[in-house]
Amino acid sequence: MSSAVILINAAAAVCLVFAFFKNRRKTRRSIIVATRSFLRILPLVLMIIVMVGLFSSFIPPSEIMKFIGAQAGWSGILAIAALGAVLHIPALISYPLAAALLRSGAAIASVAAFITTLTMVGVVTLPLEIKELGIKLTLLRNSLSFILAVIIALIMGMVL
Amino acid sequence: MNIQNTEKTRKQNSSPRKIFRDYLIFGAALAAGLILLLIFPDKKEAAAAATWSYFREMMAILPAVMIIMGLFSVFISKDQVVKYLGKASGVKGPVLALFFGALPTGPLYIAFPLASALIKKGARISNVVVFISAWACIKIPQELVELQFLGFEFMGMRLLLTIFFVILMGLLIEQLVSQKKPKKSPRQ
Repeated sequence: MSSAVILINAAAAVCLVFAFFKNRRKTRRSIIVATRSFLRILPLVLMIIVMVGLFSSFIPPSEIMKFIGAQAGWSGILAIAALGAVLHIPALISYPLAAALLRSGAAIASVAAFITTLTMVGVVTLPLEIKELGIKLTLLRNSLSFILAVIIALIMGMVL
Repeated sequence: MNIQNTEKTRKQNSSPRKIFRDYLIFGAALAAGLILLLIFPDKKEAAAAATWSYFREMMAILPAVMIIMGLFSVFISKDQVVKYLGKASGVKGPVLALFFGALPTGPLYIAFPLASALIKKGARISNVVVFISAWACIKIPQELVELQFLGFEFMGMRLLLTIFFVILMGLLIEQLVSQKKPKKSPRQ
């Protein structure tokens, strides 16, 4: 077992014990909520895992490197950042995909750009955001977030 | 404030029909994968090994992540978030915005009406932007899964950079928005 696994499970256990002593009824409700959201996200998780498994055995690392590897440079980062902005998949299930990309030769900057735009920029949720927060704030936030994601990715690529 | 409305959307989104549909999609993906592997039997071993290893990695943490999410969503109400964040000022503002944004309390489409309620309550635009961004990309369960799959260095570095730039972006957007419409920020 990796240390991340131990840490995450220990954190959950501590929270659970603490919550139990604070309010039993609420804790029971939390566990029901947790079970429900687990069952809700499970099919998506399983699907992405099957796809990632196939993907990493069918697509050779050389192809991935060509498009989003270190030598792909700017165009690779921008392309995958744009993909992340348009795609609407829960971040939780994007990490196995990100890990597979990284293990098969994608540049750190590309993977960082993908995850960051995936979460920060939401093309699909634009109408809802405009409705609630107005067009100006929404467009400013999303376009600046895209630029920031690329900057964050470039810094990560240089340091790591 | 139409938090109730979003609650409804959330319920519809998690209706048994949609979950059933998701399981069907997973079934289809699995079937397509199996057919593909029948056509290319030499890939079978690598694909099975990769799938199994990702499955194990995910299942080792997913229940725990869901428990943490469930606890936070029940114990911290949306009204509490609006109450504390609406009047936060100074350094406390962005810190609280980050904190409440990062607490795992649901998908992004719940954050928009909350943010709108915050603006109406007179919260600073910069804090609202930090709040939405934190909600979108610094969620605690998300960071935990990132830690598991991409390692401590990657996760920690991306987290620090994101916090820094998100606060910067909040201040910048506040400047841009209030320059043209100074009346729109009802601060005392």
